[in-house]
Amino acid sequence: MTSRRSARTWLAVAGVRFGNWASRRAGRGAGTVVGGSIGLAIDRNLLGKLARGRTVIVVSGTNGKTTTSAFVAAGWGAPVATNETGSNMPAGHVAALVRSSAVRVVLECDEAWLGAVLDAVKPAIVVLLNLSRDQLDRSSEVRQLAERWRRALEHTSPTTALVANALDPLVVYAASAARRVVWCAAPVAWTGDTESCPRCTAAVQHDASGWWCECGFRQPVATSYLADTDVVINAERCPLELALPGSFNRGNALLALSALEAIGVAPRESAGRLARVHDVAGRYATRRLGEQVVRLLLAKNPAGFGATLADLAGAGALWIAINDHVADGHDPSWLYDVPFEVLRGRTVWCLGTRRLDLATRLWYARVEAAVVDDGLPPVHGGVTDVIANYTAFRELLEASEPC
Amino acid sequence: MLTIAQVYPELLGTYGDGGNGLVLAERARRRDVEVRLVTSRFGEPLVDADIYLLGGGEDGPQRLAVSLLREASFRARIDDGATVFAVCAGLQLLGTSFSVEGDDEFAGLGVVDAVTRRGARRAVGDFVTVVGDTIMVGFENHGGMTNRGDGVAPFGAVQRGRGNGDGHDGFRANRVWATYAHGPVLALNPWLADDLLCELLGWKSVEPLASVADRLYNERLRVLTRRGNRSPHRPGRG
Ligand SMILES: [Zn+2]
Repeated sequence: MTSRRSARTWLAVAGVRFGNWASRRAGRGAGTVVGGSIGLAIDRNLLGKLARGRTVIVVSGTNGKTTTSAFVAAGWGAPVATNETGSNMPAGHVAALVRSSAVRVVLECDEAWLGAVLDAVKPAIVVLLNLSRDQLDRSSEVRQLAERWRRALEHTSPTTALVANALDPLVVYAASAARRVVWCAAPVAWTGDTESCPRCTAAVQHDASGWWCECGFRQPVATSYLADTDVVINAERCPLELALPGSFNRGNALLALSALEAIGVAPRESAGRLARVHDVAGRYATRRLGEQVVRLLLAKNPAGFGATLADLAGAGALWIAINDHVADGHDPSWLYDVPFEVLRGRTVWCLGTRRLDLATRLWYARVEAAVVDDGLPPVHGGVTDVIANYTAFRELLEASEPC
Repeated sequence: MLTIAQVYPELLGTYGDGGNGLVLAERARRRDVEVRLVTSRFGEPLVDADIYLLGGGEDGPQRLAVSLLREASFRARIDDGATVFAVCAGLQLLGTSFSVEGDDEFAGLGVVDAVTRRGARRAVGDFVTVVGDTIMVGFENHGGMTNRGDGVAPFGAVQRGRGNGDGHDGFRANRVWATYAHGPVLALNPWLADDLLCELLGWKSVEPLASVADRLYNERLRVLTRRGNRSPHRPGRG
């Protein structure tokens, strides 16, 4: 693209394009990871070079990364380069930056890669949503992850600002190492990993002023928060209407709007654009799966499930699919951290490779469960909500079509 | 009345470990036993219970749990007749000492003569052991190697995975049951939950309780013992 780039970088970019093309041709999706990996193999500094001269917002956290990134991209109101397929490690970032030369960039980043990505892209803004247990057989334990974030954030460049969730003690612990932080109060659905203080391990207390610990570590004062149907961002109040359901998504929107405000996009302009986000990579979309009209929801850990179940009012049947492939984590113990008891009185159809683990969990929760060993559950009237973890969601998305 | 206490889930409850308490309580209730399932939070006095469940935890919280349990005279409660079912970090802190994070050694509760040191690498994966004459299926995720003192019986013999690192898993001493199979191992092994109930209630045997949990156990047994196991296959119950 620019003549200042070295021959190696030029070759690396060509490699990314070739990899993406070859992968698409072979019918293996957008091929973002293949192309990005080729590029990084040729030039391991490629990500930093591609990001140079652009305004980058990085979004990370256990839950809500993809939705928040979509909100930032939509709210910006101009073309953005973004890894919207959810390939959220450097190979996916490289592919996104080759695919689009837009100067505005939104990168969803896997929690474990945050430090490396910050070093490479030197973002204007880092959005930190939340931290909770997720795929514990693969990634490190959540307190260690917060510690690694903290070390990475201590060395962020002075031009980088953080936009971080003040209601999550693990996020606050990591973010308070940074120079500039915009604190937001976004609701957290599950506190199972933050009952013990990240700084000293004593019990975290709660009162009207928020959470606090006897060691002096406490909830920072948030300058962005939700107020009824409005958002307040840095003393500016404006209405927030979303097409996506749930209080959790309102929190994601709050962080997205705060990030944009921090680089000069006024909330009264950006907030109105978020209502146009109807689905995020197939999530929340109404689709036809066999004979059934379904709404697909992704939830892959206790916090995500807790938020999703809390937002699912109603008494009808529910389908839940749990897989245990590599991307899901091989150990479904976390099902016992999900408050399935709220589903008492409803019937749950259990799908996926770990449907028996799910059905057993539900039996102990005294929730009516039916195991579906082949095909799909019988057809119900109306729209059925389907909650699936990572690879199960992808399978259901591929098996269904828009309606 | 059977009182089941989940101990400090804020500190010891990393892998869905609360499931063990739920499973034990539900299997007792469905046999018409009156059950109180309580949570001992830290900052509050440790409740009196018939059985204490200790879960897994990260290193800092694990050390705090030891000091809280020492203050609460946990050892004396076991001497007075309480039963303990411990997994992972819960297992390690019942021993005389453990050094898990780095090489610093910390004193355990000394309930059982066992010493845990950090292994060269974490053991993460499917876990199969033989307990008595029955195969126990589960999942392990820990960094410890545990040496039992003379005369301390293991909980099981490892068929797949690491356990203590010497071919055995955990320990069984008086009323203490301890295994490296984390999380809701009682959910995966309904027969084990029932064995524990029998011991708690002084029953010789227990009425079967048919549920999808039996299907889950048989399915995991089939998947986990199908390949890569060096010992001959022994029949499981359930
Ligand atoms: Zn503290």
